[in-house]
Amino acid sequence: MIVYGVALLSACLVIGLFLGELLGTLIGVEANVGGVGIAMLLLILVCNLPWFRPLAEGAPGTGISFWSGMYIPIVVAMAARQNVVAALDGGLLAIAAGVAAVVASFALVPVISRLSKRPAEPLKTPEGAD
Amino acid sequence: MEELLRVLVSNQLVFAFALVGITIWFSYWLSDTFTGGRIHGSAIAISLGLVLAWIGGVLEGGSRGIADIEVLAGIGIMGGAMFRDFAIVATAFGADIRELRRAGLAGVVSVFAGIFVSFVVGVVIAVAFGYDDPVAITTIAAGAVTYIVGPVTGAALGADSDVIALSVAAGLVKSILVMTGTPAVARFIGLDNPQSAMVYGGLMGTTSGVAAGLAATDPRLVPYGAMTATFYTGLGCLLVPSVLFLAIRAMF
Repeated sequence: MIVYGVALLSACLVIGLFLGELLGTLIGVEANVGGVGIAMLLLILVCNLPWFRPLAEGAPGTGISFWSGMYIPIVVAMAARQNVVAALDGGLLAIAAGVAAVVASFALVPVISRLSKRPAEPLKTPEGAD
Repeated sequence: MEELLRVLVSNQLVFAFALVGITIWFSYWLSDTFTGGRIHGSAIAISLGLVLAWIGGVLEGGSRGIADIEVLAGIGIMGGAMFRDFAIVATAFGADIRELRRAGLAGVVSVFAGIFVSFVVGVVIAVAFGYDDPVAITTIAAGAVTYIVGPVTGAALGADSDVIALSVAAGLVKSILVMTGTPAVARFIGLDNPQSAMVYGGLMGTTSGVAAGLAATDPRLVPYGAMTATFYTGLGCLLVPSVLFLAIRAMF
């Protein structure tokens, strides 16, 4: 049943977001701390457990891969609902601060990547068609 | 016509699926026809989305881009935080846990470094523009962290609403630039493997920016970048109004 996979995905997200809220309250901030990241870890762990494996294979598995495949369309919709006008209305200060923060962060990617344990290899297979 | 409008408005989300599908089809056609596939179709689709968001903002004067137009409100649901988070988590299905472990330390370092660097850069820019009040400087710099950390910090420190608006704008500029700039710089910063994707997510920190930036670069990197990025805003909300604000107050 496809819905079993969707239900598993949904349970992971809800539990992860709940733990993220608790973590936020614990350290005293009004924000969800890593809820989505915790949910992703949960999903990876659960899919590797023998009892849950039937939920990650066959038809239930397609329930999860469907939402994974809907990722880019959802991101396109997300882009279309951004407050682009406000970003441009912020004027020179906002644009300068945003641009400088991005440039500095981009520049640090190769520096911090060197902290990884083993030399990283590019993903092998060529870019997927879609 | 009225009947059509009624159907579309009462089936907003379903209509959004069709619209987004057409947008993506059109973007891939543009990509193939005019760039020979060199500029990725999803990068074009995301940029088109941003252009539509700008048009929507100009027409309606709202804050939710094209989704403020009633017939297109479904785009707002489809692109909202709920579906975004659901789909991001789904991308973890098939992520390699060994890669996550391998980048562990670098991933943690990147989140702290990312908050710190964006904050410092924000402080420099705010001071360069003539701000000398620690609350205003911290709030604007918090916006350079993310557009959520900005207003959270501003509210906590009691900043003026125009300063908070500036910090949100700075965060939005950052997020949009990460969305559109990532595919262009990916090659130069070594963004082609899961480990550097985790570092990238931690450094950039804007969930929307990282989500779209990686989608336009290589969708297989999404789970790794998204994983670290989701810790950034929470930690930013913790560090900026406390430790970093105290540091700024000591200096100005």
